[in-house]
Amino acid sequence: MIFRPTHFAAVLLFALCASIVFGITQRETPRRMVRYGIYCFVLFVASVIALSWIMYLIAR
Amino acid sequence: MRESFPPETDRWSALAPALVRYSQKGMATEENKNAASANGSQPVSQQGFVYLPLIVGWLVPGGGHFLLRKWGRGALLAASILTMFGLGIAMQGKVYAGGHEFLDILGLAGDLGNGLLYFVSRIAGWGADQAMVTTADYGTRFIVVAGLLNVIAAVDAHNLRTGRKS
Repeated sequence: MIFRPTHFAAVLLFALCASIVFGITQRETPRRMVRYGIYCFVLFVASVIALSWIMYLIAR
Repeated sequence: MRESFPPETDRWSALAPALVRYSQKGMATEENKNAASANGSQPVSQQGFVYLPLIVGWLVPGGGHFLLRKWGRGALLAASILTMFGLGIAMQGKVYAGGHEFLDILGLAGDLGNGLLYFVSRIAGWGADQAMVTTADYGTRFIVVAGLLNVIAAVDAHNLRTGRKS
């Protein structure tokens, strides 16, 4: 069985996993880990949405 | 008349008696070691093979942290990396086996970061030889990035072991 997520679902899964690892490895205290993880997740998703719009406008 | 100051050490003691003096000059001197201990930081044991968490962390995602009894962090790292690798395989991503092109070699280097998972997937024949559909292309990236994240986690375990990180 092949898992076929949409592009955006794949982005969300990618951002979630990568943000958890970044949060744990790049900060020292649990509180800062959580904050940095959320920050990375938001940055991943927001940059994907922004770049998607830019590419859409260029392609029009 | 010129005012006379006490010697520098006495002046510092008078101004900031609670200040722990720690200088980079003569880093391994007894004074600095005592200052570091008085500051609350425990001296890290350098006995044993310090690269063991790095190697175990590379072979098994989160293994380096488990070895250092960081159960929560290890479990989260293992869950994230294994999930990412598993999703990549489930999307029929390509597992690199070598190649002559530069990008293939980079992909192989990323895949090798998965440690034992890579060798198991090669032996078991998981993934696809070629990315045929769009989701397979996503899967290929998932597998490569899982390997790179695993390397970051292993280096983090090494930093914990050496005391560079707490």
